[in-house]
Amino acid sequence: MSTGKSIAVVSFPGSNCDADALHAIGDVLGAPVKAVWHEETDLSTSLAVVLPGGFSFGDYLRGGALAAHSPVMGTVAAFARRGGPVLGICNGFQVLTEAGLLPGQLARNRGLGFECRDVHLLVERAAAPFTSRLAPGQVLRLPIAHGEGAYYADAETLDRLEGEGRVVFRYCDAAGDVTEAANVNGSARSIAGVVNERGNVMGMMPHPERAVEPLLGGDDGLLVLGSLLDAVLAAAA
Amino acid sequence: MSGPSAAASLRDRAAQFGLTPDEFDLVVAKLGREPNVTEAGVFGALWSEHCGYKNSRPLLRRLPTAGPHVLQGPGENAGVVDIGEGWGVAFKMESHNHPSAVEPVQGAATGVGGILRDIFAMGARPVAVLDSLRFGELSSPRSRHLLAGVVAGISSYGNAVGVPTVGGEVEVNPCYEENPLVNVMAVGLLRHEHLKRGTVGDVGNRLYYVGSKTGRDGLGGAVFASADLSAASEADRPAVQVGDPFMEKLLLEACLEAMERDLVAGVQDMGAAGLSSSVAEMAHRAGKGVDLYVDRVPRREPGMTPLEVMLSESQERMMLTARPGREEELKALFARYGLDAVEVGVVRDHGELRLIDGGEVVAAMPVGALNEPPAYVRDGIEDPAVRAARERDLSGLAPVPDATAALLTLLSAPAIASKEPIYRRYDHQVMTNTVVLPGRADAAVIRVKGTKLGVAATTDCDSRYVRLDPRLGAAHAVAEAARNISCVGAEPLGVTDNLNFGNPTDPRVYYELERAVEGISEACLALGTPVTGGNVSLYNQYAEGSRVQSVHPTPTIGMVGVLRDVTRRATMDLKRDGDVVFVLGAGRPSVGASEYLYRLHGLEAGSPPELDLAAEAAVQAVVRRLIADGVVDTAHDVSTGGLAVCLAEMAIAGGRGLTASVALAGEGPSARDLALFGESAARVVVAVPAERAPAVEAACAAAGVPAARLGAAGGDALELRVAGEAAVSSSLSDMAAAWSRTFAEALVSGA
Repeated sequence: MSTGKSIAVVSFPGSNCDADALHAIGDVLGAPVKAVWHEETDLSTSLAVVLPGGFSFGDYLRGGALAAHSPVMGTVAAFARRGGPVLGICNGFQVLTEAGLLPGQLARNRGLGFECRDVHLLVERAAAPFTSRLAPGQVLRLPIAHGEGAYYADAETLDRLEGEGRVVFRYCDAAGDVTEAANVNGSARSIAGVVNERGNVMGMMPHPERAVEPLLGGDDGLLVLGSLLDAVLAAAA
Repeated sequence: MSGPSAAASLRDRAAQFGLTPDEFDLVVAKLGREPNVTEAGVFGALWSEHCGYKNSRPLLRRLPTAGPHVLQGPGENAGVVDIGEGWGVAFKMESHNHPSAVEPVQGAATGVGGILRDIFAMGARPVAVLDSLRFGELSSPRSRHLLAGVVAGISSYGNAVGVPTVGGEVEVNPCYEENPLVNVMAVGLLRHEHLKRGTVGDVGNRLYYVGSKTGRDGLGGAVFASADLSAASEADRPAVQVGDPFMEKLLLEACLEAMERDLVAGVQDMGAAGLSSSVAEMAHRAGKGVDLYVDRVPRREPGMTPLEVMLSESQERMMLTARPGREEELKALFARYGLDAVEVGVVRDHGELRLIDGGEVVAAMPVGALNEPPAYVRDGIEDPAVRAARERDLSGLAPVPDATAALLTLLSAPAIASKEPIYRRYDHQVMTNTVVLPGRADAAVIRVKGTKLGVAATTDCDSRYVRLDPRLGAAHAVAEAARNISCVGAEPLGVTDNLNFGNPTDPRVYYELERAVEGISEACLALGTPVTGGNVSLYNQYAEGSRVQSVHPTPTIGMVGVLRDVTRRATMDLKRDGDVVFVLGAGRPSVGASEYLYRLHGLEAGSPPELDLAAEAAVQAVVRRLIADGVVDTAHDVSTGGLAVCLAEMAIAGGRGLTASVALAGEGPSARDLALFGESAARVVVAVPAERAPAVEAACAAAGVPAARLGAAGGDALELRVAGEAAVSSSLSDMAAAWSRTFAEALVSGA
């Protein structure tokens, strides 16, 4: 791509998966990618925005609550309104719900403890810009690492999300069955990822950027980040 | 400064500053006058055991510290070894035992924070943390509480900073009931040209205080860490610091950026004894003096005296020597991260640490004297009770009635049981370098992005071995660490040691310390792994009235190694049905000091296994060779619990069974148990597809290393025969259940 445009990875103070997202998108996928400090407000050369995992502002108050008020977030919201793809991973998902760009909230895990391990995800939505390389019913294996990942919304919101096909991923077992035992953090209806009405803003708790190289134990994350790359390439063409 | 009458009363109060009356007199001699309160306090902190190593320094000189890979030996914030391609690994281990005993969550959390700062002070980006933890038996509510708190503390701090916790170990023994051990090791990566040192550099350089503001927390922590624990220690709770991982993350990124942009000439963590030790050490390394403006130090509470400012152990603070002419860039950089960066000192040629408050010199101490505390060489005597336990005759030991039941008991023993309930609480994958996940192999492995290199790391110490024979046991700790590094295919490069012992003024404890250092020294020389740094934690004992409980001597060994090609590595899981299983090495099993003897017979007795360091080096070399050549991808050392436990762990990890025949390794009524559960050095089990078995045998024959075929992988049970007779038969599910439950239950009931 020689447009000078790139995928923006936002770093908030306390983000700690920003370097991993830059590595996955830039070094592994070979896409143009740029680190953006949270005080920047110009995303005019951005093809997509990734809000990475970590503990923005120490997760003080609530996960993502302070980052949602960072200067960059006003521009991210405008970028999303224009239809630009915005992907929030883990803490980035929390930032998106706190900023009102996605419905619902992420609460303390059932069992209260931080959980770091691989989980299985059932794909329910296969569409650009985040899941075009996937098929409904496909099972992915991705790592999670969070203490506040239990997705919560009121029943009406959940019904609407499901009715509009906006639930992207649910926690499942290796066979693809959505069970309570496989619901690793106690999320409402086992929801692991959702999109906004327009489908251009997605939040997910699992970490696709951690699963992009077989050397590290799996590369299912390439299917998610690769879908995003396909979408920005198509838009730039 | 103080007049004679004030000083006379100060000498009476010497203990309050952590000084003996003799040491106080030595301060007077070094100063050529009586010290004032501030000076006495700073001397006391820097001459504490924690900072000054006054009981251990003469012993530590015996450790081998040089080697072809060493880029930085002891005496800096951390040691550094060369791993090739212009990369270095900085690594160090430190204890946070006493704080964790009093306040486990913050004690452990700040332990992680402190060791991370030691790593990035070298110019290295921290890439991995390992934890070596010891508690009382898990049947004790206090021990479960401490375990849950320590795990929560490590988890909350390490996860937020974003450095993966990739490995470690847990031991339990009643001796750690009151005084747990929390040793944290951190590993960092740096380009050779970015290596930084803790120095003030040249006269005229400016010192910058960066990071958190200074409060009264952790006041006197170094002195607290240098005394016995007691019930009154609860009153020392203010000596425990509180950690802020968010601040640490900002400080880490800001310091690394400052070093990368060459804005700093020297860097030092403010650890034990805070400002006092950081500035005094930096000045000492440069052979210079410093004027330190105490009143400029950012504070978060009013009314602090100069001494309180100097001794505060508030967390997340660093001292930087600015590169002359780049001070404004340095301040702007820290401002971008929202951090204080305040000029607090100037380098002088007067050779003193001068504290200036309100324009007045309130203390003036020769930098050399501060850094040269008295050293004590004591006479050690072996505890006759320990000697009697070691020499106990075990030849008539009755065998256990049911070897399968014994195996399940051992699999659930804390030293052996799965640590997954612990490491699931830790982010072990952030930074996307973790090639071997926790629990999958004998050592953790992380890759170096942009290269084929891998870094292996482990922590090891069987404290029962050290208790029963300090010299041999400490040598075993080094040998096992090197074996673990070798079992993933890495070449061992260097050691950081964390010497956790009781009160050194007790001749029995001093004996343990002296002999353990000899053992480490001997094994490090034989295995080519110099000691590049470490930590000494003494006074790990609990005294209440006439009851004194000293911890087992616990010289924890942290080791790092390098894989030239990280794609050629081994893990412990059995990978294919039909794989041929071999045990390699000349190690002869012994029940002395074993987990079997402790868990099945209730005895802490006998001599640890013999340790032939040449045989150890030989088996490690052949295993590394077989992995590097792509012959072996499955390896596991035979250690705690012996051969049966080793094979069971490989079966559980691989989710497939194993049928094997084990030869007798001795005589007597419990010969079968010795073959199954006897422990040894210098033994490694490997598994390979049948067509590669001849390559294993040929490599071992060429190296003079014994190789015995045990059997083959497959099925869904572990079936072991000893000398032709059925001995163990256990399903994978039974073994996995026994192995998995211990820490899951302990963490739930300790939370």
